[in-house]
Amino acid sequence: MSSFSVSFRSTAPERGVCILDIKGELDAHTASELEAAFQRCLTDGHPRIVVHGSDLQYISSAGLGVFMAYIEEVREQGGDIKIAALQPRVYNVFDLLGFPVLFDITPTEAEAVEKFESEAA
Amino acid sequence: MPASVCTCTIPSATRYLARVRRFVDEQATAAGLSEKAASEVQLAVDEACANAIEHAYGGDAGGTVEVVTKRAPGRFVVVIRHTGVPFDISKYQPPDLARAADERWSGGFGVALMHRLMDEVAYRRRGRVSEVHLVKFLNGDGKPARDGGAR
Repeated sequence: MSSFSVSFRSTAPERGVCILDIKGELDAHTASELEAAFQRCLTDGHPRIVVHGSDLQYISSAGLGVFMAYIEEVREQGGDIKIAALQPRVYNVFDLLGFPVLFDITPTEAEAVEKFESEAA
Repeated sequence: MPASVCTCTIPSATRYLARVRRFVDEQATAAGLSEKAASEVQLAVDEACANAIEHAYGGDAGGTVEVVTKRAPGRFVVVIRHTGVPFDISKYQPPDLARAADERWSGGFGVALMHRLMDEVAYRRRGRVSEVHLVKFLNGDGKPARDGGAR
């Protein structure tokens, strides 16, 4: 069975960024867990989201589809989903479908958080 | 050298996708594919199986999906078989990213990925059985190997 987990972290309250640490294999079986995490961010009023993916080992189109399903709703609420620290093998899957055009994908979590701050300035 | 034909059959439920991925990775690696090529085949097969489970069987876990790997001269072939509703490639529209975001699509990307990852993709019907044939050339340059071996 696929192993996948999402955990929540927040930056300092004044920075207001919710960081999701995702770990394991994101496929058609586990995609609903990421979906629930995005939904929780929106319900809690935290639409500024950084997905930290250094421990993500695998992603299929079902995982990519979750990002696609939420990006507009998150942006409508004044936030964004930024994706950070992906392993090259996982980044390649995003790249194959052209996702870097639509999403901010940064080498590090710090750069993703800084992008939120520079956008707010 | 592994057996030239190996089979893995799973119930039509997404929780078994990880098992298929392990099987394909083992067979592709044993056939001489590079780590990158093996991971591309693994993802393409995952997509074909997920489509069979979610669309052909509509989430009914009572069906089966059969994954057959074959080492042929110059190529590594994977055939995915199911008896659910057949997929009609002639009606498939590749997803437009901007429109997909606007309209909040979460699906439709799997077929596009399969075609980008594999050297050949073919859909066949044999009676009630639908097949997806995925081919990766062993020389890694997108062309069939002349000597029939991996490099």
